Amino acid sequence: MNDIISKRKISSEDYAHIKGWGVDLDPKNRPAYPMERTPPRLDGVPLREPEQQAEKVKILHSNERPGITPVFGTTLPPSGISGKLREFAFKYSENDLRHWLVLLFADRVNMFEGIADDLKRGRMPDLIAETGIKSEFKYNRAAAVKKAITAASIIGIGIYLLMRNKRV
Amino acid sequence: MLAMNYRGPYRVRAEEKADPVIEHPQDAIVRVTRACICGSDLHLYHGLVPDTRVGSTFGHEFTGIVEEVGSAVQNLKVGDHVLVPFNIFCGSCYFCQKELYGNCHNVNPNATAVGGIYGYSHTAGGYDGGQAERVRVPMADVGPTVIPPDLDLDDAVLLTDVFPTGYQAAEMGDISEGDTVVIFGAGPVGIFAAKSAWLLGAGRVIVVDHIDYRLEFVKKFAQCEVVNFKYVKDMAIHIKKMTDWLGADVCIDAVGCEAAGSFAQTVTGVKMKLQAGAATALHWAINSVRKGGNVSIVGVYGPTFNAVPIGNALNKGLTLRMNQASVKRHLPRLIEHIQTGRVNPKEVITHRIPLEEIGEAYHIFSSKLDNCIKTVLTMPTAVN
Repeated sequence: MNDIISKRKISSEDYAHIKGWGVDLDPKNRPAYPMERTPPRLDGVPLREPEQQAEKVKILHSNERPGITPVFGTTLPPSGISGKLREFAFKYSENDLRHWLVLLFADRVNMFEGIADDLKRGRMPDLIAETGIKSEFKYNRAAAVKKAITAASIIGIGIYLLMRNKRV
Repeated sequence: MLAMNYRGPYRVRAEEKADPVIEHPQDAIVRVTRACICGSDLHLYHGLVPDTRVGSTFGHEFTGIVEEVGSAVQNLKVGDHVLVPFNIFCGSCYFCQKELYGNCHNVNPNATAVGGIYGYSHTAGGYDGGQAERVRVPMADVGPTVIPPDLDLDDAVLLTDVFPTGYQAAEMGDISEGDTVVIFGAGPVGIFAAKSAWLLGAGRVIVVDHIDYRLEFVKKFAQCEVVNFKYVKDMAIHIKKMTDWLGADVCIDAVGCEAAGSFAQTVTGVKMKLQAGAATALHWAINSVRKGGNVSIVGVYGPTFNAVPIGNALNKGLTLRMNQASVKRHLPRLIEHIQTGRVNPKEVITHRIPLEEIGEAYHIFSSKLDNCIKTVLTMPTAVN
């Protein structure tokens, strides 16, 4: 065991090839030390409780707090079926698995709502551009071709089996 | 303005959307000059973060020029070029008063367990992110830092998340002189954690990943040892053999919820979503660290639960520390490290892709094509 401990004794010359080795070893060199300190080191920043932001759109808030926060994001308020699901999810606390599972389900529903919205606006989602699949052919051509052949084969076999069943 | 637009798992596009407006007297509007795609954006992109709404704009690593300020903003002025920490924080709540800026209690109504983060779902506050031409920056006096004139913008944008997160990973490991530090993950955060471990006086730094080009990069960038786990039968045994059968003094999880390396974790965590992602790296960290050692976690996990050997952590008497990086706290020292040439963050940037090609940018980064380590998005209106 002594051998093991002695191996751990080092000298800074051993690390001369590593730029900056050990410069932050002494906490005195680290203005961010310690990890927590009160008051915070925010020189020149006026620190006051933020005033309440006006709630112009529906904001869901965790029921593990009494209300909304003074500052919040206003993007994409809940809407449609996914919005109803999100509202339902927020009846449960963050401590309750149902909260998160319903939110994940709402996200999947929202994906289809997004496609429907595109179609309503007369826009066909460009899956090739959105998935960035072109880059797969550019940088990983062999694997991409293999995946494409596999997918085409599976679809082809599926169609053949369906057609054969119809003939019977 | 043009902005990244999330359409569902593995689908994003660039699309015109309304310019952001001042919504609170302490807001600013910033025209983005640099924006990166972060490894944690991939968790959103893969549909793993609850309450990620279709139409969201991601991006929590960005720099930009202040175009407008709210009536209560005192420290920033129009024209200032700022780097914006990924945390949105007020500076005055119970947690900010302890410098836990990643845990601010005043900026995220949707979840109490998460602070406010730009472009990181409604679970992180419902803010749009910086992968756009313009972005709303709340609490503008508190978060943004004016970029020193001698600091390269590419270095500045990496100070908004990955460098401070890597540094805090090493800091939370409470490294003593000569310690052996094992870092799981050779992505940008793992790369900076390795570099930071040396700054903090580590005796050995070992980085574990399964992607050869990333291991090659970190070996050169951080002059560390590397292990490719593809060729390792059992990670805990391997690390113990490398450390006189004691285990590492410090293990850092710089991977998070989409780790490869364990079939069971991948199937239950990523494919079936029965847990909040695959906790393989954390599992290995707990089992590879020595008794009484420290495990530091900066890899991102979901809000539900993960299967990790917590019993071993107890029996080994481990200290586990974890948090979102408190970016602002680290900036003075990290800027100094860059200015003195000890660290050159911009070396990790491998790709510059126009915002218009955001679909390809995400796919390249997600699938680790073309030896991609870090992608910077270029904005159509950015002049700098």
